[in-house]
Amino acid sequence: MALLEVENLQTHFRTPDGINRAVDGLSFSVEAGETVAIVGESGCGKSVTSMSILRLIPEPPGKIAGSIRFNGRDLLKMSDKEMRAVRGNEISMIFQEPMTSLNPVLTVGRQIGETLRLHQGMSAAQAEDRAVEMLKLVGIPEPQRRVKEYPHQLSGGMRQRVMIAIALACNPKLLIADEPTTALDVTIQAQILDLMRDLKRTVGAAIVIITHDLGVVAEVAERVIVMYAGRKVEEAAVGKLFGSPRHPYTQGLLGSMPKLGSSLTGDETRLQEIPGLVPSLKKKLEGCVFASRCPHTTDLCRKVAPALEEKAPGHIAACHYAIKEAVAA
Amino acid sequence: MFAYVVRRVLATIPVMAIVALFVFSLLYIAPGDPAAVIAGDQATPDDVERIRQSLGLDRPYLVRFGSWVWDILRGDLGVSIFTNLPVATMIKQRIEPTLSLMIVTLCLAVSIAVPMGVVAAWKVGTWIDRMVMGFAVLGFSVPVFVVGYLLAYVFALELDWLPVQGYTAFSQGFVPWIENLILPAVALGSVYIALIARITRATMLEVLQQDYIRTARAKGANQVSILFLHALKNAAVPIVTVIGIGIALLIGGAVVTESVFAIPGLGRLTVDAILRRDYPVIQGVVLLFSFVYVLVNLVIDLLYTLFDPRIRY
Amino acid sequence: MSASVLSPGDVSAATVKAAAPLPDIMPPVKVRKGLWGFMYRNPSIAIGGTIVLLMILMAIFAPLLWTVDPTALAPARRTREPSAQYWFGTDMLGRDVYSRVVYGARVSLIVGFAVAFCASVAGLTIGLISGFVRWADGIIMRVMDGLMSIPSILLAIALMALTRGSVGNVILAITVAEIPRVSRLVRGVVLSLREQPYVDAAVSCGTRTPVIIWRHILPNTIAPMTVQATYVCASAMIVESILSFIGAGTPPIIPSWGNIMAEGRALWQVKPYIVFFPAVFLSITVLAVNLLGDGLRDALDPRMAKRL
Repeated sequence: MALLEVENLQTHFRTPDGINRAVDGLSFSVEAGETVAIVGESGCGKSVTSMSILRLIPEPPGKIAGSIRFNGRDLLKMSDKEMRAVRGNEISMIFQEPMTSLNPVLTVGRQIGETLRLHQGMSAAQAEDRAVEMLKLVGIPEPQRRVKEYPHQLSGGMRQRVMIAIALACNPKLLIADEPTTALDVTIQAQILDLMRDLKRTVGAAIVIITHDLGVVAEVAERVIVMYAGRKVEEAAVGKLFGSPRHPYTQGLLGSMPKLGSSLTGDETRLQEIPGLVPSLKKKLEGCVFASRCPHTTDLCRKVAPALEEKAPGHIAACHYAIKEAVAA
Repeated sequence: MFAYVVRRVLATIPVMAIVALFVFSLLYIAPGDPAAVIAGDQATPDDVERIRQSLGLDRPYLVRFGSWVWDILRGDLGVSIFTNLPVATMIKQRIEPTLSLMIVTLCLAVSIAVPMGVVAAWKVGTWIDRMVMGFAVLGFSVPVFVVGYLLAYVFALELDWLPVQGYTAFSQGFVPWIENLILPAVALGSVYIALIARITRATMLEVLQQDYIRTARAKGANQVSILFLHALKNAAVPIVTVIGIGIALLIGGAVVTESVFAIPGLGRLTVDAILRRDYPVIQGVVLLFSFVYVLVNLVIDLLYTLFDPRIRY
Repeated sequence: MSASVLSPGDVSAATVKAAAPLPDIMPPVKVRKGLWGFMYRNPSIAIGGTIVLLMILMAIFAPLLWTVDPTALAPARRTREPSAQYWFGTDMLGRDVYSRVVYGARVSLIVGFAVAFCASVAGLTIGLISGFVRWADGIIMRVMDGLMSIPSILLAIALMALTRGSVGNVILAITVAEIPRVSRLVRGVVLSLREQPYVDAAVSCGTRTPVIIWRHILPNTIAPMTVQATYVCASAMIVESILSFIGAGTPPIIPSWGNIMAEGRALWQVKPYIVFFPAVFLSITVLAVNLLGDGLRDALDPRMAKRL
């Protein structure tokens, strides 16, 4: 049994001009201690997926269906109270915006201590001591002083470290990181990724990292899920996916990534782009979700939605035409 | 911090000077001879002359303003034309009921309105939210005296739970004092509650959208802690500001409420003074109310640091 | 990379695997378009607007609405209870309360709209001056701070105490009390717009100030001004009734909702209906104007609307 098993997840939102099918029929699983990346363009439903796992989607206007089993228990069937005991304790989350994700009127120590007091019944004094330890663990200098400071007194990188400290305070089994480095400077990004990798080793948590940055994926992930228009279109181990992508969308995504030094080696090829726009999710889509932008689209694609198929061992994709054995590009 | 306080206090001086100038000039903005205006239609020339002298209207305008301000600074607000008593004395006699009414209304309104606004924001879009918002719009739409009569009719005349009218001094005991103040305070508070509840809801809605609220929920914090610890503290500055600004509504409403419930306070004094065109009294009361209003808002400004650590002076 | 994709001819129908269809988890959304759609999405505007319109029609067609002369005295039938003949009863001078209430709509609505209009025009002028003329800004804003420090009802009362009670003076007194709020709003809009890059661009191209005001500033003030004007209108009607109530309002000869209530005041414990009916009409009208204001705010301010 995997640690997290998401099956047929559907997260829809009611809007005045139609139902937005932000996530439609997503299934994946995460083993204990594993690092899985979910990639895709903005609006593909990857953030909604992460919010759905912790049931942070406001209902209404949203609605979640399917099943999300964590350690065998379906999170979607839990009461609010049971769900609160999971959040921040067994599953915790790091968000994209370290600038705005911390409460500006509470001290850093209080915010780290809150999870400990909630889930481990610590007193205020114990929680503060532990908060100092956590700050030391995530590499913040002078933790004794910082613990009494407010978020606006910290830099962006430090705030993201505080977010990580909050997330790891209760030794969660699963850490969901939603674009954890996007808002940070490049040098700070590397530091935060290194920190996450180190901490993963010490804490032993599984990580689901959500990003649009393929560089981050290559850096930290073991397995990759590619999402497009609310669905999974391809899934494989990171090496296989980068080496022989099967789905035309993944191929486009990799093709649009600049290679370092390509102009120096005289490789003057233009970056590829994926023509067209992500289809509106407010209408029910006929056929393949990528049909409107795919260079290989046929009538079949426009009529019949392709099922996810195992194209190679451990490599699945949703395309009628992706062949079973890849021919290296 | 200290320098800031001094600066803020000094900054209120020009505002108060303009208020004083305006209140003083009111008498001369009106067309015609101020003395004749005050004396009214049935006055004899002797009356007009007497009033003219008691107001010192024979001296130049700025000289009069200067001596008027000087008198005020010494605590002398002039003498009532009607009763010949010093205005300051009349105000002193009437201040307790008004102050009691304001304080009771303030406490009542804040303790009702803030939770109302918080709950409405939490349950946004549901019937609870619609009820609160409906009540808020209604509060803005019904004149204070109508609310007063309605309450008095139902709770005093029909049900006979509370006294219809009147005021009992605090020194006569807490129970009779509060009994006489409940209905006026609810009537006076209706607009104020509406105002605070609306702003609380609007600010809370904005705050509840913020990323740090999502963080709090992801930590497993419960709804009460999210609303009152994480969100309300962030919403405090606008709410407290509106509580201060709304005191203007309380002052205006007190004039009416005291008439409805026959409370012998400053509001009644104002109404009586208007009906008798007792201008020194009107000036004195308007000046006093305005200064109190400015001071309350000054204090609130200085309290912001308590709610938001980002505000530094 | 396209080498890893087969050409269409290589796929036989037998190998096509269709994805399992997905269920709908929500009932479908009915998208409403046109006027009805607008009304459905903005019920406050629909309800508020309809009531305001009805009240205006009532005021205009008052003589046709089965009314009698609202000022006709009839001492013989004083303080009658509401009945088939006197729908809302008669007052202490024997006048028909129903007719007075219907005619009273005229004064109350005129006061409300006139104050909204005058305060908007004056506030717009003052706000524009203080937003564009730097040396005037300090003086104007200090004066406005001073005016705002006097509670508005108190200010209107003080002004009325010195003048003869006429509809014009009531409008003037309430307008003076409302001007600071409107001019502060306009000044705020002007100052924030002046920071906008496109206004900067216009200035750097040498566009003259009146043209900038006309093209860039005025169009952007219309939305917040409209919303503010409806609130000013609502508050003016309330203040009119309060002024009348304490005896500093419109003259008793012309019925207004405020002075009908003021006259019924002495008898409110025994004959509450004299106060009740004008109170209901006034409250419903003010409620409708406030609803209209809320609706307009939500419809005109996309940031606020998105939240709901």
